[in-house]
Amino acid sequence: MKTMKYFKTSKFFLLTVITLTLASCSNDDSPVNEEEVITTVTTSLTGGGQVITLKSRDLDGDGPNAPVVTVSGNLTVNTTYLGETVFTNETVSPAEDITVEVEEEGVEHQIFYQFPVALGSIVYTDVDANGDPIGLSFTFTTSTSATTGSIVVTLRHLPNKSATGVASGDITNAGGATDAQVTFPIVIN
Amino acid sequence: MQKISLFFCLWCFGISQGQNTISGKITGENNGALEKCHIHIGSKSVNSDKNGYYSLQNIPNESVKVLITYIGYKSIDTTITVNGNNEIDFVMKTKKEELQEVVVKHKDNYYNLSIAEQKIKEKTIEKYSSQSLGNALKEVSGISILKSGSTVVKPIINGLHSSRVPIYTNNVKLEDQQWGMEHAPNFDVNAAGKITVIKGASGLQYGGDAIGGIVVIESYSVKNDTLFGKTIITTESNGRGGSISSSLHKGNFCDWSWNAQASLKYFGDRESPDYVLSNTGNREANFSGDLKYIGKKYDFTTFYSIYTAPIGILSAAHIGNVNDLYNSINNQIPSVTEDFTYSIQNSKQKIQHHLAKVNYNYYPKNGEKIALQYAFQFNNRQEFDLRTGVSDSKPALDLNLMTHTLNADYKKSFDAWDFKSGVMGSFQNNSANPNTGVRPLIPSYNKFDAGVYAITDYHFTKDFSIEVGLRYDFSTMEATKYYLKSRWNERNYSPEFDSFIVSDFGTQWLTKPTFTFHNLSASIGTQYSFGDDYNWFVNVSRAVRNPNPSEYFSDGLHHSSGMIELGDLRLAKEKSNKLNVTFQKKGNNFNISINPFLNYIEDYMYLTPIGFETTIRGAFPVWQYEQTNALLTGLDIETEWKWSDHWQHRLLVSYINGKDKTNDDAIIDMPPLNLNNQIKFQKKEWLDLILALQSEWVFRQTQFPDNNFTTNIIVNGELAPVVVDISSPPSSYHLLHFNSEVKLKTSKNTLATLGFNVFNILNTQYRDYLNRQRFYVDELGRNFQIQLKINY
Repeated sequence: MKTMKYFKTSKFFLLTVITLTLASCSNDDSPVNEEEVITTVTTSLTGGGQVITLKSRDLDGDGPNAPVVTVSGNLTVNTTYLGETVFTNETVSPAEDITVEVEEEGVEHQIFYQFPVALGSIVYTDVDANGDPIGLSFTFTTSTSATTGSIVVTLRHLPNKSATGVASGDITNAGGATDAQVTFPIVIN
Repeated sequence: MQKISLFFCLWCFGISQGQNTISGKITGENNGALEKCHIHIGSKSVNSDKNGYYSLQNIPNESVKVLITYIGYKSIDTTITVNGNNEIDFVMKTKKEELQEVVVKHKDNYYNLSIAEQKIKEKTIEKYSSQSLGNALKEVSGISILKSGSTVVKPIINGLHSSRVPIYTNNVKLEDQQWGMEHAPNFDVNAAGKITVIKGASGLQYGGDAIGGIVVIESYSVKNDTLFGKTIITTESNGRGGSISSSLHKGNFCDWSWNAQASLKYFGDRESPDYVLSNTGNREANFSGDLKYIGKKYDFTTFYSIYTAPIGILSAAHIGNVNDLYNSINNQIPSVTEDFTYSIQNSKQKIQHHLAKVNYNYYPKNGEKIALQYAFQFNNRQEFDLRTGVSDSKPALDLNLMTHTLNADYKKSFDAWDFKSGVMGSFQNNSANPNTGVRPLIPSYNKFDAGVYAITDYHFTKDFSIEVGLRYDFSTMEATKYYLKSRWNERNYSPEFDSFIVSDFGTQWLTKPTFTFHNLSASIGTQYSFGDDYNWFVNVSRAVRNPNPSEYFSDGLHHSSGMIELGDLRLAKEKSNKLNVTFQKKGNNFNISINPFLNYIEDYMYLTPIGFETTIRGAFPVWQYEQTNALLTGLDIETEWKWSDHWQHRLLVSYINGKDKTNDDAIIDMPPLNLNNQIKFQKKEWLDLILALQSEWVFRQTQFPDNNFTTNIIVNGELAPVVVDISSPPSSYHLLHFNSEVKLKTSKNTLATLGFNVFNILNTQYRDYLNRQRFYVDELGRNFQIQLKINY
């Protein structure tokens, strides 16, 4: 008799739980709104009466398509350019400017520019709250003779800015994680 | 089982009062007094004092049952006729298998008769109180561990892991997103009373897809009508933390009984011999408890457990792109090392697992059992990342997995037959939180499973038996997933899978991939005993496993490991055909178990690096799920040799060879040969002193596929092509560990055990092939551990 009672109680319990289950299936009917995605890195160099735009754009983010790189023209020898780099998210409309966040979290970010010494030299012209460079703006002085090469622009998250050489733009000891890294082919004549 | 509880029931009720006193002394075979023996005479019970003496009053004038139990000794179960005061001395005999750390099966309690099951006992489990289930399982030959850092540890059985090694706790399959390599079992090792490992897919009552093997965990249960508890406090130097675990058990023969257990763990950054492994702290807070009513012909149990754990993910493993990976592999120096801290930063995992169940067992007749069980599990996994412009408290991945399971099982023994059969139904819902701002690696899905099985044993003689089992499983799954159109095209899913597309969201397709499976699995085997000490087990099994959500749908960048992981909708079921043979000798002074196996797996699924993809963040290595026909052959050997009363030796050897038969290559991520030697000294007279020295020798894996790829990295400001060596296994290594303990009697009813252990005594610097973070950092350095266990 007692057994029967237990049978009944457990059966009732099971039914309740099954009912609850069937009522609790969820569904989501819009794609995830991706945040903090950088699709486009644009570096513009202004000097010698020219504005040269270097752009790398990857609209599928982590998807399989490689970024599309465009360079608007050639640089002139022995010229100092004012440089500026911006990061944007073009998966949304209007495009979102990520540069603002990089600047706000300046202490946690630094942009590095790597190229062969034959191409020229670079000097950071901005600082974060601690007086260390961020690298969103800089000056770039081209070489005295015509040459070609590549500039690699890297945005590092949480670099160690006090490590040797980092504040002057050497990425070797920077550590941290890479948020963006693009390569631009450069012709100087 | 039923017989015993019936007997105890009768015993509880059928006793009248009397006036006699029974007293005496309990000794071991060597005439040494045994303290704290539990003595039951009639309805009275008492523990023996430190000289082995006991005394019980008010025993009635009649025939009464006597039960005397002591850990490590055979229980005395007899009847005496009382007539006046009596003095009776008892001599207790040692249990033979108590010598062994890992005991091989008892004939009366097995999951598969034709497999030599391996058990890990409570005492061994306790050693790992502050660590994880995976670490404890390493005590079994043939089990190695797959690690993602030092705290995320998964068991590998005969070369196979994750979805191929289901874990059953209290008869419930743990559904904790076990598909992921960096998802450790969400289970507190302190809640385990006994762990059994069945290698291969022969536990058909559990499922037909355990291609690697099954880990069965039972919680501690008492059959005495006593209340007792246990507290284990462990502190460790590496991680500068510790754990505390407490449990209380109330046993009863035929009434209510309950168990409750809780534990806490707290650790800061671990350290390798040369540097701090930044952000590798972890915490755990767990509880489990059950309440059971035992009636004359039935019992009813409710059970609940919760596991919560935040786990830090090594900062140095959060690499950017393939450039960083190349530097890590070639420099062998972590990209980030900071000072020791207890705090856990992003990246980290936050996990919660709830399990609630009710079950009802009914024993209609002797040797017959009907069991009904309902279990509910809820698993929440949140992974946090370093993100620019997004709050640190917003997870990058947030999955909620809910599973309901119903089981009905029937068991009957008659004459020379044992028969088991049952049905199972399960519903699972995974919901990926869309508010993370990151496309989820695993999509939302609904899954329904049903299974039915039958297993028969026939005992030709008491030494020769045969077991045959058959199981059918049905499974259907519907996922809701957004694919980037560029990915859909790169995978060449069109036109084959166009029918899954539901709607068009510009750059993405909304798809509803649906899969249905019908699987048949089987197991047949024999057990043959000869001489006094010898056993042969032979088992052949066929198991079928469906691709899991990770294998089908993975799609995107794994930020915490810096790799792009790609699933494949074309994957077929994985089919395993395994031959498992065990030869066993169990003697007084020497035990040996030799277990060769052969596992031919059709459409074996594995994750392999295939090159890199360039994104705006730079190039990332791409790992993809692929299939091949694999042949795994191997040998596990275990010996236990008692040299004298005080000295004993234990050896574990595991070797496995994985061959890709389709491509005539080696299989990736196979455990290398390893040898484990332990020498133990014990002396009862010196406070039960135990001293043990263990040597762990892991060879270099020499058989591995070459998946190296070439990429351009920046050297002196210029791009230069380099080979990224992600294939070469690390060198072999040898570690020494030390264990010791003494037992102290602190008061009449409490016993304290004090342990002092050292792991990696020589502070050896090494890396392990089966650690996914081997590219970034060394393994843990020396660790001193002090453990205090109090039984009360």
